[in-house]
This record gives sequence, structure tokens and C-alpha cells, in this order.
Amino acid sequence: MAEASAAAPGRKPIVPFLTIPEDPSDKPYLSGSRCKRCGATYLGTRMACSKCFSTEAMEPVRLSDRGELHVFSIVHQSAPGVPTPYVAAIVDLPEGVSVRCNINGVEPDPAKLKFGMPVQMVTETIRTDREGNDVVAFSFKPA
Amino acid sequence: MRDVAIIGVGMIKFGRYPEKTVPELAGQAALLALKDAGMDMKDIELMASGNLYQSNAMVGQRIMQTIGQTGIPVINVANACATGSTAFREAYYAIASGAYETALAIGSEQMGKMGLLGGGAGGGDPAYSTEGVLGSGLMPAVFGMAGVEHMRKYGTTQEQFAKVSVKNHKHSLHNPYSQYQTEVGLEDVLNARVVSWPNTLYMCCPTGDGAAAAVLCTMEKARQYTTKPIRVAASVLTSDPWTQRDLTMPDINTLTRHAAKEAYEKAGIGPEDLDLIELHDCFATAELLHYENLGICAEGEAGRMIDEGATYVGGKIPVNASGGLLSKGHPLGATGVANVCEVVWHLRGEAGNRQVEGAKVGLAHVIGLGSACTIQVLEKV
Repeated sequence: MAEASAAAPGRKPIVPFLTIPEDPSDKPYLSGSRCKRCGATYLGTRMACSKCFSTEAMEPVRLSDRGELHVFSIVHQSAPGVPTPYVAAIVDLPEGVSVRCNINGVEPDPAKLKFGMPVQMVTETIRTDREGNDVVAFSFKPA
Repeated sequence: MRDVAIIGVGMIKFGRYPEKTVPELAGQAALLALKDAGMDMKDIELMASGNLYQSNAMVGQRIMQTIGQTGIPVINVANACATGSTAFREAYYAIASGAYETALAIGSEQMGKMGLLGGGAGGGDPAYSTEGVLGSGLMPAVFGMAGVEHMRKYGTTQEQFAKVSVKNHKHSLHNPYSQYQTEVGLEDVLNARVVSWPNTLYMCCPTGDGAAAAVLCTMEKARQYTTKPIRVAASVLTSDPWTQRDLTMPDINTLTRHAAKEAYEKAGIGPEDLDLIELHDCFATAELLHYENLGICAEGEAGRMIDEGATYVGGKIPVNASGGLLSKGHPLGATGVANVCEVVWHLRGEAGNRQVEGAKVGLAHVIGLGSACTIQVLEKV
């Protein structure tokens, strides 16, 4: 993933496994790595496979921007300064990776959320860091 | 491995003690356990001290500086919520291995009104904090989602989870060591403010201060000190194995199942042989999951089990007779040793109005997120 290290100046991902491509026409995406021996797939990069312990270099994977809602919680009380309520969730991606995220674009009400519902990833600039870079984050919304 | 017995236990009432230091809280518990055992510090050959929030501050040695410095080895332990129970296991193996004759396990914590745990950014630029942006790493949400997964698999309801809170609060009325001794009704629990759905306020354990201690020795030596030695039939510790979602959503189920399997094998018993269980109800959602993880009911039957009241004192298999973490409190490092104290009191027939009649075998379970699981199986000899 050569483009990962060459993120556009002034834009930084909130977590290392969110890749911001150099090409401005391409969208940010989640990057993962797949074990060449057993196929276990992970968010981000790894030293070895947690499932089969293979130390062979892993295969970089561009993860899908669509997935399914596995489970959620509606957070009404959070850390100071975090707006509530919001939907905290685990989304399963088709590559066999799960990701922790917010579900936006839906009321924070358990009745409005369906297990297995298709969701689509969106990215946006949420803050500016101490050095003046835009911090880019991802979330999912109903597809 | 040699047979190991618990011959003394002690704890202080969990609560908030801002005027005390951690060594003072822990020292009180240690002196109670030593007195219960009929020993003093000169009889102890090794100390294992569990404390999480002062894990860089030599808590064990500071306890000894408070109650007696004999120069013995001290092991300071940190293992998230399983800190105290891991210290207990260190004391157990020190004796079981043949290396020591006696050991003192202590768990302590001073949290005050710490608020929600977990999910902290921990230094760096707060612009990169993920809390509330990439879901939640706070414990009420993490255990909320674990409960929601059970809802997804088996149709378990928020009301069924809420019943755990009703039960454990009711049990706490008879436990003088409990941080809270307040009865709550099902409607009170369901109408309380939501912290992280499906967990409402009464479905979340409090933070607080506390300490507990246990004196262990060889079974041979135990006979010199007591007519009621409690045998440690198994002391097990597991960490999280690889499972599909574990790195994103801590898999507390597989972790506990592995520990339970090993504990039952080591103790030579099955879940049907247990007379009482103290399990890790950090949130009401967690307790029902652990009914299945510990094998006291079939898959998907935990909701029905709480509906039927089977886990009340007087029921088929009493769970958290102490009031559980939900009422008794959860000063992290103290919890795993306090559970041992509770089970020991029941096995000796000294649990007062909450006594599980005729208890012969008990199990104490703790998980620490990140993750660690401990199970101690204790038997009346």
C-alpha cells in the first residue's frame, strides 16, 4: 500500500487502518492484511497471524466500503465532551473483518436498527489536529 | 501439584474511603484474613498483591510496610478486572508447586467516583480520540453490545437482562460487605436512565474502593489451624484466543468457556455439581451470557433461567448471593479475592442470612477485558 504513506498533506486518518489515497479522485478506504497461509484477515498491518501464527508477509487488502450490522448499543452516557446519544456498532465486512464504528443517518433507537442490515461507509473531516491537519474519520450509514 | 487450602479470608465493606490509602485498605483486609487463619505475618512465606490503578507503585510492599515487614517475596499483579483473582492464582501455584508452604493473596483498589471506564485516548493529540467517533470502547457499551449479540442469537430481551439487576440487588440486602444494599424493582431498573442500551444505570456496577485477602497453605498445614479448610480444587487463568471478531469486539464468551472447561476438568466436576457461583456481573448483560459460558444452562436458555428465578438464593443454582458486582461493588483489584471470600463463607456455613444451605462446592469467576478470565473452584473438605 504505497499510497498509504503518501497521504495528501494536511489530511490525516483518525486511525492507521484508514487509508487516504494520494489520488484525489479516489475515496479513503479501510486497509487490512490477509494471512497467506490460513486466510485470516485483519484491520491494518500485522507482524504475524494471530490465528495460525504464520510469519510470512501478509497480503495487503483493500476492504469493502459496504458491510452488515452485526450488533450495536445506544450510548447515552459517554466521555466528557462526546455528544450523545449515538449508535455504537460492530460492522462485519465481506472480507471476514469486523470494525467498530458509529452508525449515523439513523435515529439512535434500537427499534430502528436491524441485525444484518446493509450499511455503507462514509468518511468526513471531523476535527483539526494540533498541527493544523484535517482529521478524517469514517462511519457507516444504512445502505 | 500439592493440595492447597484456604484457611483464612477477610474483606472490608466495599464503598468509598477517600480518607484512607490503598495500603491501609488492603492492610485491614489482610489482618482480618490472618486473624481468621490464626496466623500473623511471620507465618506467611509469599505475598501476591493485586492492584490495577497503582500497578507501578509497589502496593504489596507498601502493605507489608503497614502490617509487618518480613522480607518475603512480593508479587505485584495487574490484569484488568482479573487482577485480584490472578494474584490469588499466583499464591495458589506458589504452594501447589511445592515451593512455599503458606501465602497471602490480597486484592485492593481505590477508585472513588471514577466514572465510566475504558475507551480512553491515553495521551497524544485529543483530535485522534475515537470515543464516540468509531463506536465506543467504554465498558457499558462493550458489554451492552455483548448482550445485544445474545439478543440477536436467542431473542433475549432487555427485561430479562434487567431481572439480573433485580436479583443481585435483592441478594445484597443480606450482605453487610456490599457497597449498595438497596432493593430495586423491575420497573425501577427498566425506567432508570439508560447508560448504554440495553444497560440502564442499575444494570451497571459502581466504581468504588475495597480490599479483600485470603490466606492459603498446604492442606497438611491447614489441619493444624482449622477444622474447616476449603480446598482449592482448580485455579485457572486464560487469555483471549483468536476468534473471528475478538480484536474488534472482545470475545468474553470463548475466553470464559475455555477457562470453565479447564476448571471442571482439573476439579473433576461438572457444572451440575456446583452449589453456588459468584460470577462477573460487571453489567447485567454479562451475567446471562456467563450462565451459558459456565454451562449451568443450555445454549440460549439463560433468559429462561432468570425468568424462572433459578439463580436466586434458594433456587436451583444461586448466582451472586453476595449481590454481585452490581450491588456489592467492583473495586477492580479487590473483586477476584472478594469472590473467593464469599464462596469460602458459604462453604463454611458462615454467610449469615444469604447462606446457600448445604453448600459444598462453589465457583468464583472473573473476567478482565483485554482479556483475561480466572475461575477458582473451591470445595468443602
